[in-house]
Amino acid sequence: MKKYNTPLIDDLEKGPWPSFVTEMKKAAKTNEMANDAVGHLEKCYSTKVGYWKHGGIVGVLGYGGGVIGRYSELGDEFPGVAHFHTVRLNQPSGFFYTSKALKEICDIWDKYGSGITNMHGSTGDLVLLGCRTESLEAVFAEYSSRGWDLGSSGSALRTPSCCVGPARCEWANYDTLDLNYALTQEFQDEMHRPSFSYKFKFKLSGCACDCVASLARSDMSIIGTWKGNIVIDQAEVKNYAKNRMDINAEIVNMCPTQCISYDGKEMKIDNAECSRCMHCIAKMTKALKPSGEKGATICIGSKAPIVVGSLLSWVVVPFIKLEPPYTELKELIRKIWDWWDENAKPRERIGEVIETKGMRSFLEYIGVPPLPQQIKEPRKDPFMFYTEEDITAYKAKEAEEKKTGKYKF
Amino acid sequence: MALPQRKTDIGPPHYKQFLPPVIQKNYGKWKYHEVLTPGTMVHVGESGDKIWTVRVASPRLLSTATIREQCDIAEKYCDGYLRYTTRNNVEFIVSDEKKLEPLKKELKDKGFKMGGIGYGISNIVHTQGWVHCHSAATDASGLVKSMMDELYEYFESKRLPNKLRLAVACCVNMCGAVHCSDIAIVAVHTKIPTIAHANFKNMCELPTVIGSCPTRAISPDTAQKSVKINPEKCMFCGNCFTVCPPMSIKDPERDGIAIVVGGKVSTLRTNPKFSKLVIPYISNEPPRWPKVVAAVKHIVEVYAANARKHERVGEWIERVGWERFFSLTGIEFTFHSIDDFTFMRDTLRTSPAFKW
Repeated sequence: MKKYNTPLIDDLEKGPWPSFVTEMKKAAKTNEMANDAVGHLEKCYSTKVGYWKHGGIVGVLGYGGGVIGRYSELGDEFPGVAHFHTVRLNQPSGFFYTSKALKEICDIWDKYGSGITNMHGSTGDLVLLGCRTESLEAVFAEYSSRGWDLGSSGSALRTPSCCVGPARCEWANYDTLDLNYALTQEFQDEMHRPSFSYKFKFKLSGCACDCVASLARSDMSIIGTWKGNIVIDQAEVKNYAKNRMDINAEIVNMCPTQCISYDGKEMKIDNAECSRCMHCIAKMTKALKPSGEKGATICIGSKAPIVVGSLLSWVVVPFIKLEPPYTELKELIRKIWDWWDENAKPRERIGEVIETKGMRSFLEYIGVPPLPQQIKEPRKDPFMFYTEEDITAYKAKEAEEKKTGKYKF
Repeated sequence: MALPQRKTDIGPPHYKQFLPPVIQKNYGKWKYHEVLTPGTMVHVGESGDKIWTVRVASPRLLSTATIREQCDIAEKYCDGYLRYTTRNNVEFIVSDEKKLEPLKKELKDKGFKMGGIGYGISNIVHTQGWVHCHSAATDASGLVKSMMDELYEYFESKRLPNKLRLAVACCVNMCGAVHCSDIAIVAVHTKIPTIAHANFKNMCELPTVIGSCPTRAISPDTAQKSVKINPEKCMFCGNCFTVCPPMSIKDPERDGIAIVVGGKVSTLRTNPKFSKLVIPYISNEPPRWPKVVAAVKHIVEVYAANARKHERVGEWIERVGWERFFSLTGIEFTFHSIDDFTFMRDTLRTSPAFKW
């Protein structure tokens, strides 16, 4: 095996934080591809440019995604990275594993690939970095015969991902792991055979703490919430006070709707005014607990800045119950995709299409009424699309008022 | 040797087989949790069962050898179960308190770093960089390593007014969704693409390339069967390069780093927010990026000294005002922080009430 002199990246083996360079070198001890990846990276550090080419079309038979082609411009100098494709394995909900399963994944990867992984990629997949084209079918046969499937890539439904949810969190308002699994299974075709205008992502958070950052980075953000009161355990409130929590400063005054009061003995919450932001519950988890109907808020459209600026997801369905088999949600998803498919130009995310075509067009198509929960504030300018039906409806309402003698605004 | 029979569209394995029995038993019935140290927390079920989680740092890029070491520890202390977090840490969970200290001791002896829970700095989410991406303007893993070495005490022990989420994106595509982080690093280009005209007609679609430009700077160049770029309109986003490889935008001496601050995704107290640009350009200086690291550490320290308990970076800045953020940090305010793209209307000040 060729020995590379790597003074620049060697510097990144020093210091307390675990080193990715050490990891690459660990793989390089027994793996020619990883060894060339180390030399290749040192070259990038010395010239300050990357040498990876745009992905080519590679994959496994019958799939249009899940493998991302990656070739180096420097294949002659570093033959081990001439082909260095990414294989995305669909992670289990919540990133839980057994050592048996993980070791099996490692054994296969050592046999066919570079021995380098990402645990995990940004979207959520278990990412295997560095595989030659001719090994892809074998890799897929080995993994799929043991129960592992590929994730997604390209203009498709990307691999759904969720927070730890009810597996280890008291705040989950729905079963994020189960819904994540159910949606992944339901939409295998949309994941593996790209037929969308661009990518589409689901991210599932059990509460508004949003540990998977769904509101910032998923076309459909499914964020757990509840309709009902926050139940207060006054004895635990006393314990927090005794343990030197300044309840007025840290909880009451930081409540965005000012719906909490505390007189030094008892805490009260005006539940009708609570916006369910999670601050008080997160800080006093022993004392405060949501109750009543559990479900989620569906928000649509977030993405990173390319092309005309970042978007956060917009509230579309303020509350939906989420229980197996999740029929209502699945139907909503299909309607959303239909509208997107009819209106999007190539490489347009759904948020961008809503911006172009208008939220009204979108909401009408998917059958969701206009609600004040969907907006921060109403429109500021007086230019509106009045349809003939709108005016007919307003006139009809006024005719009704004349009959009854009572205005209905 | 014959390969096993492939299967298609089976989806991932069902998660339940990977859940420790104590989690299956208490699934959806957790009562509360407490952060014991920056590296450990305990969850208590309604049943009275308790589980202790130990969180361990990871560079995200792992060799199979290290994954096997993690598996060995899981076998020794956690009946073979382990999990990873959305910020790429590794978590070991024990249901027997007697196993907690021996687990921590072994992790420490083996060089694993525990921390990242609660009001400090957890792992940095990041993109592929030079390790594996074609559009990287810098190396994300190297920046992460350099920053976490310097900020390590905030992972392991030192506390902050609230958690502080860091992220790195190696180009403005921002695969890592850095745009809602407390402090984020994004690599930027600063020169217009050079076009290899001879390759254009074979590798690129004209309408797609023209449509990819957010500022309509690209128009057809019929003589060359290619395109031309209006240099006055180009904002160096590189989206044309994404759809058309001959439009190369990489430049080793001019590519650099910008720093954005004040984003968050949770709704706690205040609404989710985007991160905003405060430092427009620092030169790309591998392998350690000393000025970037110093700038991030400085912002963390000014936040730690000035924010109230429970305030995230963006909440602290909104309370004191952006003009105060710039005066407290001493960061020079430049034209680049004034939006001249899609968010101008929302971001210019419309009131004479401000601070000096």
